[in-house]
Amino acid sequence: MPNRQSRLLRDWQGYLYISPWFIGFIVFALGPILLSVFMSFTRWSLLSTPQWIGLDNYSEILLHDPLVGKSLWNTAYYVLFSVPLGIVLSLALALLLNQKLRGMSIFRTLFFLPSVTNLVAVSILWMWVFNPEFGLLNRVLALVGVAGPLWLQSETWSKPALILMSLWGVGGGMIIMLAALQGIPAELYEAADLDGARKWRKFLHITVPMISPALFFNLIMNMIGSFQVFTQAFVMTASSGQGSEGAPNNSTLFFVLYLYKKAFQQFKMGYASALAWILFLIILIFTLIQFRLSRKWVYYEAGGRS
Amino acid sequence: MNRSRRTPPLFVSLRLGLSYLLLVSLSLVFLTPILWMISSSLHSLEGVFAVPFRWIPEKLHWENYRDAMTLIPFGRYLLNTTVIAFAVIVGTVFSSTLVAYGFSRFRFWGRDKLFALCIATMMLPGQVTMIPLYVFFARLGWVDTFLPLIVPAFFGSPFYIFLLRQFFLSIPYEYDEAALLDGASRFRIYWQIILPLARPAIATVVVFSFMGAWNDFFNPLIYINSFEKATLTLGLNSLKAQIIGSGQTQWHILMAASVLVLIPNLIVFFLAQRHFIKGINVGGLRG
Repeated sequence: MPNRQSRLLRDWQGYLYISPWFIGFIVFALGPILLSVFMSFTRWSLLSTPQWIGLDNYSEILLHDPLVGKSLWNTAYYVLFSVPLGIVLSLALALLLNQKLRGMSIFRTLFFLPSVTNLVAVSILWMWVFNPEFGLLNRVLALVGVAGPLWLQSETWSKPALILMSLWGVGGGMIIMLAALQGIPAELYEAADLDGARKWRKFLHITVPMISPALFFNLIMNMIGSFQVFTQAFVMTASSGQGSEGAPNNSTLFFVLYLYKKAFQQFKMGYASALAWILFLIILIFTLIQFRLSRKWVYYEAGGRS
Repeated sequence: MNRSRRTPPLFVSLRLGLSYLLLVSLSLVFLTPILWMISSSLHSLEGVFAVPFRWIPEKLHWENYRDAMTLIPFGRYLLNTTVIAFAVIVGTVFSSTLVAYGFSRFRFWGRDKLFALCIATMMLPGQVTMIPLYVFFARLGWVDTFLPLIVPAFFGSPFYIFLLRQFFLSIPYEYDEAALLDGASRFRIYWQIILPLARPAIATVVVFSFMGAWNDFFNPLIYINSFEKATLTLGLNSLKAQIIGSGQTQWHILMAASVLVLIPNLIVFFLAQRHFIKGINVGGLRG
């Protein structure tokens, strides 16, 4: 039987079927990667011919450009708060939804909805929510006697505003956690009940290990996505028309926003390519660190890796 | 310790009440921004700035929607976005199912290494390739056309290839064998057996690639320059720039325009919620 199958499957035609992907890989991935390495060593304004300048772009980025440090700090700030808060909130929502109660699917839909909408429309909505005088948030705060901050117009509060907005989109992560929770065999809890285990111990010693692969997946995806935050900042933070994105005083100039401005507003293609490689390295290092740390806390059932 | 198997009924109903209280208040928090958007979109200019805010305007200003549609060529942008999204869906479904068929139904030298490579490209951040790709498309003279937004979809997308391959592997090989004995070609097996059986997985791919194309902002932003070639998200952003730059911000018009852009999202979401959940979990369960 396996013999017959393998004879059936040994077939050069397979190359034909995967060729669309392979051509796409060469043209849209491998080629651009090699070109990008080359471009990062040049000065190039798109119109001129590229001029080889060796490591100058990299030394400028690492040593002399103050906006690089600023945008790295902004991005780190965003990642550091948005990712853990997002994970905790999505887990909390999933735990709440993982009860056998009526109407759960309605609540699930409500929490999930914001995460699958259009980010530009949502960004404009939140600009209005964050409006210092007439926005929803400060109106609500005024009801409880708090004078809300200027949010997007304040250097201190602009990043917290974007982090708060990101928490509105935790629905996707919540769905993944919920599926993981629902995959935990009930016998595990029954056995723990017989031993008289407390709720908190069951959560720590059964729930967390059993959903640790989903937690880890969310952590990685959320982290990579947050390092690349762009659209919200681009749409919400232009104080005075094109070119002013990242206001006030560059407090929302995230790394990818800076990269975009260098490439597509100032047409410094070589410099922007070097920025892209720096970003790639940063994301790679943090992802590898997370994978290394995951050996200590992520639990895969035997054969559960499929 | 004492609540091992039997919990007192009072405690159960207390916990139940607390759960519902939490769920209801949290969903109100999640829902309020959307209600705020809809309510604002039906106010007059004075209405959105009124203190206190009236959640139900005394008069519903439906003309805000008409005004939003005349400030930007809404119909034109809707058409552009629909054309792009349709082409992306067709391209993605054809190419990704073919590639997934190749990876799941044939045995050839290097297959598993190539598949690993395909998966690995998912990890590559788009920022690294976007600048060379822009230069490449500019050389082809494709800037300010829909082509850079559409053509890459015809070369398969790693995530969908992965999703479809997993599904194809669950279809028994006996079907292929029986068809081969009857003299069917490999392409005919793909077309008449695999594709019809894979309809649920293809539906997930259709929903996800629709949302991807419909909501894409970055690619239209860098490739489309002409006013009349913009997509809905791009048009919405330029309407925002136009309105914000002009004195007192007409939030009621901006909210009406945002609602208009969100309506197709909401329709697709409610029609295909289970596909969203399935697609998201395919990624998640891999860990």
